[in-house]
Amino acid sequence: MSDSTAIAHGAHDAPEHGHEEHPAYLRHHFENVEQQADAAGFAMWLFLLTEVMFFGGLFTAYLIYRNWYYPAFVAASHQLSIPLGGLNTLLLITSSFTMAMGVWCAEVRKKSGLVLCLVLTFVLGLGFLGIKTIEYKEKFEKNHVPGSHFSVDSFTHPDLDNPVTAKDQPLALDMARHTEVYFSLYFAMTGMHALHMIIGIAILGYMIFRAQAGAYTAGHVTFVENFGLYWHFVDIVWIFLFPLLYLISRHS
Amino acid sequence: MSATIVSLPDQSTARIPKVNFITKENGILSWLLTGDHKRIAILYLVSLSFFFFIGGALAGLIRLELLTPQTDLMATDTYNKVFTMHGVIMIFFFLVPSVPATLGNFLIPLMIGAKDLALPKINLLSWYLYMAGGILAIYTMATGGVDTGWTFTTPLSTHYVNTNVLTTGLAVFIAGFSSIFTGLNFIVTIHKMRCPGMTWFRMPLFVWAHYAASILMVLGTPVVAIAIVLVALERTIGIGVFDPTKGGDPLLFQHLFWFYSHPAVYIMILPGMGVISETISTFSRKRVFGYTAVAFSSVAIAVFGFFVWAHHMFIMGISNYAVLVFSLLTMLVAVPSAIKIFNWTFTLYKGSITFETPMLYTFGFMGLFTIGGLTGVFLGTSGTDIHLTETYFIVAHFHFVMVGGMLMAFLAGIHFWWPKMTGRMYPEKISQLAAVVTFIGFNFTFFPQFILGTLGMPRRYASYPPEFQVLNVFSTAGATILGVGYLLPVLYLTWSLKYGAIAGNNPWQATGLEWQIQSPPLTENFLETPIMDHEAYDYEWLENQKAKEVSSVG
Repeated sequence: MSDSTAIAHGAHDAPEHGHEEHPAYLRHHFENVEQQADAAGFAMWLFLLTEVMFFGGLFTAYLIYRNWYYPAFVAASHQLSIPLGGLNTLLLITSSFTMAMGVWCAEVRKKSGLVLCLVLTFVLGLGFLGIKTIEYKEKFEKNHVPGSHFSVDSFTHPDLDNPVTAKDQPLALDMARHTEVYFSLYFAMTGMHALHMIIGIAILGYMIFRAQAGAYTAGHVTFVENFGLYWHFVDIVWIFLFPLLYLISRHS
Repeated sequence: MSATIVSLPDQSTARIPKVNFITKENGILSWLLTGDHKRIAILYLVSLSFFFFIGGALAGLIRLELLTPQTDLMATDTYNKVFTMHGVIMIFFFLVPSVPATLGNFLIPLMIGAKDLALPKINLLSWYLYMAGGILAIYTMATGGVDTGWTFTTPLSTHYVNTNVLTTGLAVFIAGFSSIFTGLNFIVTIHKMRCPGMTWFRMPLFVWAHYAASILMVLGTPVVAIAIVLVALERTIGIGVFDPTKGGDPLLFQHLFWFYSHPAVYIMILPGMGVISETISTFSRKRVFGYTAVAFSSVAIAVFGFFVWAHHMFIMGISNYAVLVFSLLTMLVAVPSAIKIFNWTFTLYKGSITFETPMLYTFGFMGLFTIGGLTGVFLGTSGTDIHLTETYFIVAHFHFVMVGGMLMAFLAGIHFWWPKMTGRMYPEKISQLAAVVTFIGFNFTFFPQFILGTLGMPRRYASYPPEFQVLNVFSTAGATILGVGYLLPVLYLTWSLKYGAIAGNNPWQATGLEWQIQSPPLTENFLETPIMDHEAYDYEWLENQKAKEVSSVG
């Protein structure tokens, strides 16, 4: 056999590697920048798909138990504060806007604009977590955290002189106990969401540092774009959580 | 007609190419920090074998305990821990990553004419996650183990056991991310990195099978991740999602768990089926019969595989209508598997069949997988399932599919691509012997378990009525033979690394792109981007190539 180290067919006279004509960020195993950006973007969308499945399990649980224990879920959801939840929604949507602006700044190579947008996103994200902490603290004070300290008093003996909504009536004990399932899901879902926020904010901190060094404003914006996708995804999860946990039972 | 197609270069002049992916760089760090898919595949192969032998040793302990009707080797709770760890290690740290992480990692870029997987760093990360999960699993085993069974069934896992459920759960959670990243990497690579001319229907069926398995990894694994998170939260802070005393439903855990864990069996078997498509074509010198049907049957398995999970729950109190629907869907998923088996059989028909070691393992796969698959239909039929579930029939069924099917395919693949990975051949006769020993040992081990199951011997008990002893002795004796069958390849494959004959580029005269380059390949795989100008499994094209080669030298 001949010493054929090269592939024996389809001789293709492409210039070999030619690092000098490609930007430095092009990794060796890609043909060109478009293929690299394409692959990275596609990978990010697939990763978000796995995230959808991850939260999907929680949403399934929520839908099943809401159907089973409707009165308990209604009463428990009345304990959440719409102003705080609404403010948080506003903060997150604004942060998605600043993030989108950041991606745009990276694409048109405006370094100071990018840093500003990332810092704003960072601050808005922290603001969201701060308000979430206030809400969690209130749950602790009312003994609404599932576990050994959970108490159903506020559902079996609601403060009728000062109701959260006009229709709050005492629940029978067996139904009131199922509010614990609601709060289990509330903490699991918002907790998982907050965990994603914390990871996102950590990456934002790293990005601010890198953006100041000019890393994303030299044409290679894949990282910023993909992080933007992640941030919008976390935002969208909240857009589903807010109505499901806070809003949809207000009329009843 | 010659009895073999193996064509090795003249051993007196042949050399392993001086520059290849193994010799390119030296030192332990060059392996631990590598981005090369071929090196990561080798890392996986070594670590997978390590976990396989730990899982195998645990299996040996189980079989030893079951040699006698009494519980004399270990206490019953130790027995529970042993079979749990056997299941956890074999499923999450061997079977799920086995073929994809080793052969898939090594071969997918070669087969589609790419220089690497799309995301080399993510590929390396997934190996580290795998190792972190694996070491954590071993650590939990050393510090007391876990005894819930590999299914972590609630409320047992949340309320009633004091063993290391949390750490084992964390180990599985971490290994799950490794699996997600591997699947994600494969999908992106297959979509975006194919060389010019490599259309979807020119890809080897190995790549199709991995594509289908990757879809399952990406969509299924996150669901078991959230199920594990909820179990962990229930165990630590006492949330009530699965706790019936608080209004939660343990069945919901089963639904979430099996939504992953049923597709997971297809994650395990599909890449094996990909291996079989390659070997059966190469050793019958024919294009795979019904290429398109085999390709789409992989995708069909992936799709149907997501809608059959509740057949694991027929006796757990799901509604009769659900049983009806899931029973029907379970039988449907047998159809694409049958399509594959029939098409492989038709590939053999009028082929020039030779019996090299990979082909012997392939025949083992076809027979054993067919038995395993058909007994799966027994279990998908709710009437027989109610009698057979939680008996040794189940154990025999899934070992026929997973060990008889997947492990045979894994060994077929390792033997088939070993010359490509290392540049050297293993001794032919002893490897054929190992294949036969494995087949005999396997049947001795697991066929008696079908009978034990139909007689009513329950699974997961350390003791059993004395009348079951004869068959159990058979099974344990078979396990010993099987153990020898698995040890042999370790010995002669290791031996071949230094003393094996030089394999040359294409010892099997196979058609895949990976066989047209040097063995072991260069780090960048191809010197020039290849152009795929022919269909997959085109043996005529290969003959023409060889004719051209001779004329150019002469």
